[in-house]
Amino acid sequence: MEPNTALLGPDNDYLRLFDANRGKLTQSIPSFLVDLRKEAVESFRMLGIPGKKNENYRYIDLQTSFNNTFRKELQPKNITFNVEDIFRCDIPELDADVILVLNGIYYDTHRPMRELEGGILAGSLAEAFRLFPGIVEKHFGKYADHRKDGLVALNTALATDGFFLYVPDGIQMKKPIQVINLLMSDEPTFSQQRNLLVIGKGASVSLVVCDHTLSPEKFLSNNLTEVFAARDSRFEITRLQNEHNASTQVLSQFYMQEANSLVNNNTITLHGGMVRNNLYVQLNGEGAENNAYGLFITDQGQHVDNYTFVDHAVAHCNSNQLFKGVLDDYSSGAFNGRILVRKDSQKTVAYQKNNNLLLTSDARINTKPQLEIYADDVKCSHGAAVGQLDKQAMFYLQSRGIGRDEARLLLMNAFANEIIAKIQVEPIRERIAELVGKRLRGELSRCHNCTMHCC
Amino acid sequence: MTQDKILHEVTQGEYKYGFYTDIEQDALPKGLNEDIVRMISARKNEPEFMLEFRLKAYRHWLTMKMPQWPHLKIPAIDYQEIIYYSAPRQKAKLNSLDEIDPELKATFDKLGIPLDEQKVLSGVAVDAVIDSMSVKTTFKETLAELGIIFCSMSEAIREYPDLVKKYLGSVVPYTDNYFSALNSAVFSDGSFCYIPKGVRCPMELSTYFRINAANTGQFERTLIVADDDSYVSYLEGCTAPMRDENQLHAAVVELVAMERAEIKYSTVQNWYPGDKEGRGGIFNFVTKRGMCRGNYSKISWTQVETGSAITWKYPSCILRGDYSTGEFYSVALTNNFQQADTGTKMIHIGKNTRSRIVSKGISAGKSNNSYRGLVKVLKGAENARNYTQCDSLLLGDKCGAHTFPYIEVENKNAVVEHEATTSKIGEDQIFYCNQRGISMEDAVGLIVNGYAREVINQLPMEFAVEAQKLLQISLEGSVG
Repeated sequence: MEPNTALLGPDNDYLRLFDANRGKLTQSIPSFLVDLRKEAVESFRMLGIPGKKNENYRYIDLQTSFNNTFRKELQPKNITFNVEDIFRCDIPELDADVILVLNGIYYDTHRPMRELEGGILAGSLAEAFRLFPGIVEKHFGKYADHRKDGLVALNTALATDGFFLYVPDGIQMKKPIQVINLLMSDEPTFSQQRNLLVIGKGASVSLVVCDHTLSPEKFLSNNLTEVFAARDSRFEITRLQNEHNASTQVLSQFYMQEANSLVNNNTITLHGGMVRNNLYVQLNGEGAENNAYGLFITDQGQHVDNYTFVDHAVAHCNSNQLFKGVLDDYSSGAFNGRILVRKDSQKTVAYQKNNNLLLTSDARINTKPQLEIYADDVKCSHGAAVGQLDKQAMFYLQSRGIGRDEARLLLMNAFANEIIAKIQVEPIRERIAELVGKRLRGELSRCHNCTMHCC
Repeated sequence: MTQDKILHEVTQGEYKYGFYTDIEQDALPKGLNEDIVRMISARKNEPEFMLEFRLKAYRHWLTMKMPQWPHLKIPAIDYQEIIYYSAPRQKAKLNSLDEIDPELKATFDKLGIPLDEQKVLSGVAVDAVIDSMSVKTTFKETLAELGIIFCSMSEAIREYPDLVKKYLGSVVPYTDNYFSALNSAVFSDGSFCYIPKGVRCPMELSTYFRINAANTGQFERTLIVADDDSYVSYLEGCTAPMRDENQLHAAVVELVAMERAEIKYSTVQNWYPGDKEGRGGIFNFVTKRGMCRGNYSKISWTQVETGSAITWKYPSCILRGDYSTGEFYSVALTNNFQQADTGTKMIHIGKNTRSRIVSKGISAGKSNNSYRGLVKVLKGAENARNYTQCDSLLLGDKCGAHTFPYIEVENKNAVVEHEATTSKIGEDQIFYCNQRGISMEDAVGLIVNGYAREVINQLPMEFAVEAQKLLQISLEGSVG
């Protein structure tokens, strides 16, 4: 491989960042991580930030975002604040264990690692490096391959902290855990967050993740989550993305699923300037099941790009993908999904669907559902549709005295509800239904949850 | 087990067009450079504008790299090892069939191509192209009465330079892709067809392509122009001898449909697919594109792809006229080590344009079969409508079937649908047939034919029969 020439530009800053912090990045961490970071730097030098020539990134221009001038530091400025003063949670009814992450760094210096009921460990990843190097070494960097994607390499090389969760075997967690990711700074900021979740055999846990921006500055975040779901485990994650229009968010999630594990991954994108969600799933044991549901609502110049890659590595696994988009104004969206059924992965059942509503003639959608199949006894299908609201349904409602606007809203809500109905945790589902309803009415302001009203 | 037996029998079936005819060849030395391009042009007594066209294309080709994106494993191609011009040696211009080289005539008789006008009952006008040189065009006079021009490309360049100048490269410019640039530089012949205003072509027009000589690339160029209110149905067939080395076929087909014109283009592609170990076979890298230029025009592509070691082509429609329609019907079958990456592009530009894609992939043996298609609706294409259906059938557990659709929509009134399924032949279907006394082999043939029916039905009669037979030969029984 030849070094990526794009790196000769401002992207080189990211490499310099490593050189400048070499000491910090290679001290007081397990030795395997030191090697991994060095390898990841070399990978990034080769791969760079993926451009539109990269088939997986052909509908999104990330290079321009990454070339913007940001404050690039490993440890963003230390901000202390009282959370209640500036932040009001979207889901106040939820009884959950709350964990705060600020600009990619775990925010609770007094309790960097908490032990919850049943021996569940939740806290800072940096702390986990120190306390549980054994668990970390077993899983960290094992599912996200830095040699394949420049953004994974960048995160692996430079991310220092994030969220760590360990659920021991057989533990059924009753309360969901809520992770709130906040971005707040007085200057344009680049941040990276690295999360590691290990769900033990037969364990069950539910997670809610909310992404918010609390100040009007430009933000660029490159976050990565690795999840290991051991055999017979159950895991549900519901992510609510709600960032302002000047933010660019890359979220990569990697799942390794063992036999009979079940993962539900719900991603609701309410707002965000440019959002890229990468979802990689490897079904590695018979009977594993993965359900990925996504809903995105865009307006103005927003762009939301969903990429999925589901790898049926063994036989008898199920996967389901349903992504829906509602696009208004001159916004754009993309769906790029891939199902790979490897040789001998017989009796695979894999579905993939992407439906989109275009509300204006300036909105754009690109969709690319893909099947790659090397086994013959499988049931695989995919579908994609782009269209407007059903004229007959509109007529039905209007002829019954429901006004045009109200009828439109009703149908759009119904369109979105197919995704929302998949969320298992009730208070979250209800709250998200309400937020989506507001969003579709255009009432959800950029910083709905911010008390500063800065924009 | 019966299915293994049947599989064995069928895979033993040899390619029956694999013979080689010893015809005296007039060939240029192998390799490619500006002199070769000049020599091709000179050999064919081409006017100056053609030489310029070729040279521009060649210089552009030099700046390009072979694309790497397809889902194919392509061995490196040495472009200096290919003979770019090879023609059956011809002494004088031919006027009647008797003057054709008897060896050549025997070749076409073997292939079952009706070159002999007297015997033709099907009423198909044929342009036979051997090693990319047109050797004989039948029914020319009958067609001429209606004002239809149907001749070889080199003749068209000499006789109708204005038409050629106007339309050649207007749909597939030489800058379009790597192989269209190469073809534009070195194409030796092909078919040209012009249907004047208001004329409905009374018979199927057909070109039969044959690669004969060794180490030769076939680079033919087809141009069909249907003027206002005209209609033409065009067939294309192809075969090649069995050889151990790979041969390159890089053709360009351009279709232009004016106001209310309709072009139906059917292909039954049966190039030599290589042997059971994957040795030899044709690389079929073809650029086919139609432009619906006028309002209410229609272009329909139908293809049955059973041959070639590697098939890499996307017959496309640019729907520029309002209310224009594009259709693509395809059956692609791969067996042994064959690879196919084929599909279509539908570019909606005009208002109220419609397109329909029906693709049926069948993979057997150790082959890989991919559908790749683009449906693009541009901003001005109000009320565009597309429906895509692509199904894959897997016969055996060592083959692969892949689907890569691209949908790009920039207009809110567009309705675009894509559906795809991948499956194997249902055990219940087989059981149903067996239970009624239909043998395993017949049952598979029946089911596959039923599966491909939607596409085969689009073929003209003469071809539908051939296609059905081909499917049977290449496939029947290769699973249970």
